[in-house]
Formats: sequence, C-alpha cells, structure tokens
Amino acid sequence: MTTLRTRRAVTAWTFLAPMLAVLALVAGWPLLRTILLSFTDAGLGDFSAAGFVGLGNYRDLVADPEWWRAVANTLGFTVISVTIETVLGLVVALTLDAHLPGRGVVRAAVLIPWAIPTVVSAKMWAWMLNDLTGVVNAVLLGLDLIAKPWAWLADPVLAPVSVIAVDVWKGTPFMALLSLAALQVLPREIYEAARVDGVHPVRVFFDVTLPLIRPALLVAVVFRSLDALRVFDVIFVLTGDNPATASMSVYARQQLIDFQQVGMGSAAATFLFLVIALFAAVVVTAGRIRVAGARA
Amino acid sequence: MVRLGTLIAISLTLGTVVFARPAAADKITVSISCSSLGIEMELCRDGAQAWAKQTGNEVKLVSTPADANERLSLYQTLLAAKSDKIDIFQIDVVWPGILANYFLDLNQFAAPDKLDGYFQTLIVNNTVDGKLVAVPWFVDAGLLYYRKDLLDKYQLKVPETWADLEAAAKKVMAGESGIEGYVWQGRAYEGLTCNALEWIDSNGGGTLLDNSAQATFNNKQAAAALDRARGWIGTVSPQGVLSYDEESARGAFQSGKAVFMRNWPYAWALLNAADSPVRGEVGVAPLPAGDGEGAKHAGTLGGQSLAVSKFTAHPKEAVDLVLYLTGKEEEKRRAIKGSFNPSLKSVYDEPELKDDPFFSHFADILDGLAVRPAAAAGRKYNQFSSAFVHAVYATLSGQGDAASNLAKVKSSWK
Repeated sequence: MTTLRTRRAVTAWTFLAPMLAVLALVAGWPLLRTILLSFTDAGLGDFSAAGFVGLGNYRDLVADPEWWRAVANTLGFTVISVTIETVLGLVVALTLDAHLPGRGVVRAAVLIPWAIPTVVSAKMWAWMLNDLTGVVNAVLLGLDLIAKPWAWLADPVLAPVSVIAVDVWKGTPFMALLSLAALQVLPREIYEAARVDGVHPVRVFFDVTLPLIRPALLVAVVFRSLDALRVFDVIFVLTGDNPATASMSVYARQQLIDFQQVGMGSAAATFLFLVIALFAAVVVTAGRIRVAGARA
Repeated sequence: MVRLGTLIAISLTLGTVVFARPAAADKITVSISCSSLGIEMELCRDGAQAWAKQTGNEVKLVSTPADANERLSLYQTLLAAKSDKIDIFQIDVVWPGILANYFLDLNQFAAPDKLDGYFQTLIVNNTVDGKLVAVPWFVDAGLLYYRKDLLDKYQLKVPETWADLEAAAKKVMAGESGIEGYVWQGRAYEGLTCNALEWIDSNGGGTLLDNSAQATFNNKQAAAALDRARGWIGTVSPQGVLSYDEESARGAFQSGKAVFMRNWPYAWALLNAADSPVRGEVGVAPLPAGDGEGAKHAGTLGGQSLAVSKFTAHPKEAVDLVLYLTGKEEEKRRAIKGSFNPSLKSVYDEPELKDDPFFSHFADILDGLAVRPAAAAGRKYNQFSSAFVHAVYATLSGQGDAASNLAKVKSSWK
C-alpha cells in the first residue's frame, strides 16, 4: 500500500517536473530577477555596473505623485471597465442563450472585437476618434448631436472615457462568452418548475440564474480584472504617456525604456505584481466566503 | 524582464542582409545600422553598396526598430555588451549625450578637412566633452507649413510673428467652414518638447537648460510663450491638438482641415504627393517669431548622424564609409531622391537644389535653429524632457498657469 502510494507520488512528480521546470524558467526566474533588480540602481544596457540601493527605488516610487496618479488611473480603469463589461457581457449572453434564428452567426460576430489584436484595434479606434478626420465626430456632427468636434483623446475628462469605451468594446465579448458557457449548462428543469409556479422572469433571473452562474462569472471577473490591472497596449496606443490616462504598466515602461532606469522600473513592476496578487487573493477569498454563505 | 540578449541575437540574425559576394581574404565587412523608416533603408543600402563597390569591401545592413525609443534601447544594450556586431550606428540628434562613451572620437580618425563644411550647430550638437562622436548626415527643423491658396484668397501675408499667425488663422476660420487655424504636436511626448522649445526660444525665453544642465526656463518670456500657446487651444487650434503627433497633424492639414501646420521637412514630399488633396497649394516658411526682448524665428533642430562604435574591428574602413555617406555626392543624391536635407552647407548651392523653393528656404532656417539640451543633460535627457513636457501639457490643458507649472520642474539635471 505504502509502496503503491510512493510510486504514484513519484509518477505524479515525474509528469509534473517538465511543466514546473518550464514555469520556473519563463515565469519564476524573470519575476525573481525583476524583484532583485528593483533593489539596484541598474541602468538599461549595463546591468553589471548596478549597485545595491536597498529600498531606495521604492522610496522614490512612493514619493512620486505621477506614480500614485498611475495607480489611481489603473484602479479606476479596472473597476469601471470590468463592471460595464460584466453587465454588458451578461446581457449579450442572455440574448444569445435565447433560441433565436441565426444564433450561430451572431455568436461568431460578437467575438470579432476580442479576436482583433489590441494594438490593431486601438490604432483603429484612435483614427476613428480623431477629432478632425475621425468618423465618430463626423457622425455626431452630422446628426447635430454636438456643435463642434470633441477631442476624444486629448480632453482630460474625455480621454479616460474613450480608453474605457475602447476596452469595453474589446472586453465585453470575453465576458459574454464565459457567461454564455455558464448559462448553457444550467438544468432546464428548474426553469420549467419556475414557469409552472408562475414566477416572474426577472425574479427567476435574480433568484435562479445569477446564483447558479455566480462561480463562473466570478472566474470571468477575476480574469478580466487581472488583465485590466496590467493594462498597457490600449492606453499606450490611444494616449501614449499622457499622465491623465497612464496606467502602472505605462509608468513602468517609461521608467525602464525611456528613462533607462531599470531599477526604478523594476520597482514599479514589482509593486504592480504585488497589487495584482493582493487583488486576486482578496477576490478569491471574498468569493469563497460568499459562495459558502449562500450554501449554508 | 525578457532576456534582451537572446532577443537581440535573434533579431540581428533575422534582420541582417548580407550582400554576399565570394569572400576574398582581404575583403573587410563593415556593418551599418540604418533606420527602416519610409525610404531610408533603400537609400542607405544604395549608398553603402556604392561605397562597397568603390573600395572593394563588403557592407552588411542591420535593420533596427522604426520606433526611436526602441532603437535607442537596442543600441544601449548592444553597446553595453561591447558587441562588435554593428560598426556604424545611425543616431538621433538627442542621443550623442547618452551614447557618447561608446563611440570613437572622429576628430582623431578623420582628416580635419573632411569634417569641414557641416553646419556648425550640428557639429556642436555632436561634440561631447571635446569629442566629435558622430558626423551629421541629414538635418531636420521645425517648419511652418501654410495653405497658399487660402492666404491668397484672404489677402494675407505669411505670418512673421505668432500674433500674425493668430490673426490670419482667425480671419480664414471666420470665412471658411470646417477649417481649423493651426495644428501642431501637442501630445505629451518628445514632439511637444520640440514645439514648446520653439515657442519659448522664439520668444527670447532661452533653450531650456544651460551648459551645466541647470534650468533656464523659469523666466517671464518662457511663461508668456506657453500661456500664449494655451490661448490657441479652442480658438485657432482644435482641442484635439493635445493628442496629436506628427502624423495626426499632417492628417488634419493634408485633408484640408487646417490653414497652418508645424511639422518636420518629411511632410513636404507627402503633402505634394500625387494623391494629396492639398498638392501644389502648400507653402513652407520659418516658424513665426515671438515678441518682446530677444524675439526671433526658431525651429527645433532634428536630424540624424552616423557614429562609429569603439568596439569595431575595422575603425579605418568604418570611418571611411561614414565619410562617404555624409559626403557631398551622397547627400545630394539623398536630397533629390528622398528630400533629406543635407548637413553639408555646400550641397544647397548645387544647381538641382538651388532652384527648389523647399531647399532654398531651408538653408535660411538653419541659422536660427534651437537645439534641445541633450548634450548638457546627457543620460538624463529623456527624464528631463518628460518632466518638462508634463509641465507644458498641464499648462495647455488648463491645469495651472505656465509660470507655476514650470517652477515645479526640477531645476538641476546634472
């Protein structure tokens, strides 16, 4: 018995070993190196001359108002865009779950924004949102909805709105797809029972559908939030290093590449990593408690 | 962090084009990195090949990222690793201070008469601690593009001062529908540093940092210049100009939606291309002057130079190729074929260029160029530029006045 268990354990570890090795190589080592570099004053290009500066980079980081602005931008972006994407995604999923003619085609069409590489779609939106030559202003002006062209990407208020809108356009299909997958495995009998009992459809949604798909929805929200916290491409393409929209990743890139301060940039990247880890831990724990509470 | 070394090795292998001829033992191969932007690679290849044919050596071209910042970080990584993979580097006008330690002093490798005749501004820009780190190849400067047809229609003259420009823009905007007055580069990036330097210098407000990298922009004229630019937003310039880079400004101007544009020389050829809606209707002039003490015309200096790595195995041949590419014949060929402005003064007197209004105007502008303080700030230039640009951007977007925003920028960049 013991030998069998030992042998099984050995087999399991043997199968796991290549995977763990690859993980250590492509995820563990770069992460460790970034953390190590964040305690040095390394410059881009010559790491060998780097000296240990302890927590110096973190002190500079905490003292930099631009960094805190980037943190606030990132958190605001994440909360707002993921909330809108979740609600819209759920609406799209419920629509697609109904037995409509041509459902397959619509389902494929909905996925298109998700399939386009972000850099490409962001550039595309940048041209569409251009204040003088863009189609968005042309349409709004043509319909007499606005009196003069709006500066979608330049106005300090409109720029974050535009960035979130473009992200919602891209992220909603992902949320819709995961919600739809959850919806389609729900047992039909419950709904038949509810119909027999004459329960109002809105109540069915909140009392039956939502609790049942909550675990799947939670996973989708965590995925999207992690994605949104490290957002870089959509912001960098649309508004560049503009402090009104710069995210933590945009800040880290600027330190690393433009300023050649690998130490400082690594500190920013490490901080970002900690924020994401903390967020994931909180969401997962909170989700577990709520799910457990609902069952009890 | 990605392993940069591996990436570089791969990209060099993929991006390398060897002009293979049967390798003779005495042949020397010199490798050169050229920008791959637009027509640049083709011009560089033709020029380098002509030199190879003439001297019996071989040339290897290494293509680099089109984005300037990425190119700079690639160069830094290669040079810090003491790589001899690239002998000749094409560098931007703001890089000599950052990369100076990695390049040969060309004063020691080239005969003095070979280095005569370049614009003095460029030679000064490329000299770091008495070392000439690169030979100027072509030169850029901020220019004012204007719509000849519209100025004629409203009987306006080409603006001499910023006030003239505002008045002219307002007059045309009042008469035409769907047109903006003045478009420029207002996005928070290096391009805005160039624009702001022009406003400040043309207003007698100095060139941002002095030779010891101390701030000189905390003065009344500099603040007044920025406040004036702030006044353009929403009046003669669209608010969207705060998100414009070179290409968005050109997009607005070329589609006929603006009377004036600030841009680099590259726009000239494109504005006059066969499919351009404003073809033949565009004029070019020095940027307007400010007012008050020390007001003048100022255009920011741009352009690229060629430098030789100090890790090269063939310094003699590499320097020879640099001097060939920056020589009179080659610069003339590049001017005619790609409208790259020669860095050699005498090329502007050549018959083919002398009668071309674009080049003849340009030669006048070159005397009043404003040089970004890259040599003084050295490795910290990009940090300085970013801090400065954020102060400018805050002013333009209405967050505080110019004087207090400029005062918040650190004053020492040594």
